[in-house]
Amino acid sequence: MQTLVQQVLNALQLGSVYALIALGYTMVYGIITLINFAHGDIFMVSTYVAFFVGTALMSQLLRLPGIVVFVLTVLAAMFATALLAVLIERFAYKPLRQAPRVSAVITALGVGLFLENFTLATIGPDPRFLPKFFPVVTFTMGGVAFSNIQIIIIAVSAVVMLLLDTIVRRTMVGMAMRAVSWDKFTAPLMGVPVDRIISITFAIGASIAAIGGTLFGMVYTVDPYMGIRIGWWAFISAVVGGIGNIRGAMIGGYILGFVEIFTPVILPASTYRDFVAFSLLLVLLIFRPYGILGRPVAQKV
Amino acid sequence: MKRLSLLIGLLVVMGLLVTACRPRGPETIKIGLNAELTGGVPVVGASCKNGAELAVEEINNAGGLEVGGKKYKIELLIEDNEDKAESAAAAAQKLNAAGVLLMIGPNASRNAIPAAEVAEANKMPMISPWSTNPKTTIDAATGQPKKYVMRACFIDDFQGVVAAKFAITELGSKKPAVLYDVASEYNKGIAEIFKRTMEENGIQVVAFESYTTGDKDFSAQLTKIIQSGADSLFLPNYYTEVPLQVQQAHKLGFTGVIFGSDSWGAAELIDLCGPDCEGYFFTTHYAADIATPKAQAFIKAYEAKYGKTPDDVAALTYDAFGLAFQAIQAAGKIDREAVNQALHNIARYEGVTGIMQFKGTGDPVKSAVVLQIKGGKFVYYSTAQP
Repeated sequence: MQTLVQQVLNALQLGSVYALIALGYTMVYGIITLINFAHGDIFMVSTYVAFFVGTALMSQLLRLPGIVVFVLTVLAAMFATALLAVLIERFAYKPLRQAPRVSAVITALGVGLFLENFTLATIGPDPRFLPKFFPVVTFTMGGVAFSNIQIIIIAVSAVVMLLLDTIVRRTMVGMAMRAVSWDKFTAPLMGVPVDRIISITFAIGASIAAIGGTLFGMVYTVDPYMGIRIGWWAFISAVVGGIGNIRGAMIGGYILGFVEIFTPVILPASTYRDFVAFSLLLVLLIFRPYGILGRPVAQKV
Repeated sequence: MKRLSLLIGLLVVMGLLVTACRPRGPETIKIGLNAELTGGVPVVGASCKNGAELAVEEINNAGGLEVGGKKYKIELLIEDNEDKAESAAAAAQKLNAAGVLLMIGPNASRNAIPAAEVAEANKMPMISPWSTNPKTTIDAATGQPKKYVMRACFIDDFQGVVAAKFAITELGSKKPAVLYDVASEYNKGIAEIFKRTMEENGIQVVAFESYTTGDKDFSAQLTKIIQSGADSLFLPNYYTEVPLQVQQAHKLGFTGVIFGSDSWGAAELIDLCGPDCEGYFFTTHYAADIATPKAQAFIKAYEAKYGKTPDDVAALTYDAFGLAFQAIQAAGKIDREAVNQALHNIARYEGVTGIMQFKGTGDPVKSAVVLQIKGGKFVYYSTAQP
């Protein structure tokens, strides 16, 4: 029983990060039907921004309390990553908006490779840890061990997701995003600035990935290739949840977190993990091709 | 017609000029280095490159290597294998095409095994400084030793036994657990030998958990290990992953001793791991603090050139070059077959990592040391004889 609770906690920690990244995939797909394969690498860049800003702030003689440094680091990573995503959209994807969809997908893969290799060439391949913003405190309750960092990850992710859900459902920007997603030809006729809304979507998706990136960097190492596997898993999360659907991406993220943790618990080895995840995806695509929360869309001719 | 003969005349003159410029026989000896400069274990590649450049620089500063009464400069060709099996094979092919006399590297077994296939097929002598997996020098199909592949380090069969005996006698472990990378030849090989040795000594490995290269979350496996009541944890994994594993084990409440293998031996392990790895042990090739005079000279030269203590990869690479130089001199000519023969004729070689004895195969017999991480440094703990 203790072990089960422990594994659920482990899965929630991992699932939170997947969910935060899956949101970026799903939002961009929802608005311009583009699978932004560079998103995993945008996430990777955000962890590096967090690494450099965090290290600089911690090493200064400012003597800022850890929590202030943490908040500043997250904000800096969000801002820099949002800017990067908007620039990528403006220069790599916008010129291809009328081109066949496959061109944009290939461009996205290219942007991802560029980010990986640029980071590799400029920063180097060595893995790094983010500085410790606060001391790690491990609590044990009834045989279940959990750390303050783990609680922060799970809680911050939940708050961010609630906030995003509110933005999309309750604000004008959210309404405009849904309008563009619904019909990008009619929306501009109603006075919705489509280009700006698309930029805002990229910015929001990337800043959420940056929050995920900073949280991720607090417990795992940062390296130039980290975006590849995590990006794939987040992408599967988005598809499982129903690509284009924000609540679906959150659910999908947690499902994939549970798949990763519970595969080695139930099956003999963690090696089956990718097999389980992709089988889940295949089965889901057969019976619910639009994902758990996605709605079937009639192809417009 | 006149123009044609002029053209032909010109071509003949040019041809003569080109022939006249070509030297009679090579003035340099090309040695290839196939190293993990980028990818999963970049420090291994960097140390390998440092060790190689130091060895070559020393020979060239002494006027070159004397072969058959003539001095040759050494030219080092460096290829990055990106720590990928396919790139390691491609790098080996590239070096072969560039006409190297022999190839040093790759280091990680997952790269050395495919590169060894290329070396064997092209009859290009290869010395891996750091690959400890038996398959590097053994042909998997026939079970016979490969003809052109050697190494400068001991093999995992030995290292796994040393680690297991250390756990039994020094740690007094009754319930050992193992977490290893199932997708990497080195980690998998050593984990299996460790388990087998433990069982031969009547001790059951209570948890034998695996993960895949590049994973960053080990909480599921570590939770299982803690649940199994393990009193020690063996992590035969690379220095980039060990800190994550140790820290996650501590966060989940593991209190036993953790120990590992020679893949821990990079100074970056201590930087990444911090106080979490304090007091832990690993088996490796040499200890910088109990060095022989030959090793001390190497350590001094290395520190002067790079400003840091050489790790085991740097030392083994230096030894691989030492073996190569000795063989080239013994062969007396710049010829792959002759050099390969001379390499296999070496029975005993005193390197900076200790005395190597070769018994007809490409695998040296040499002792291992156990190091402990103490005060942020690798400190000598004990020696295990073969």
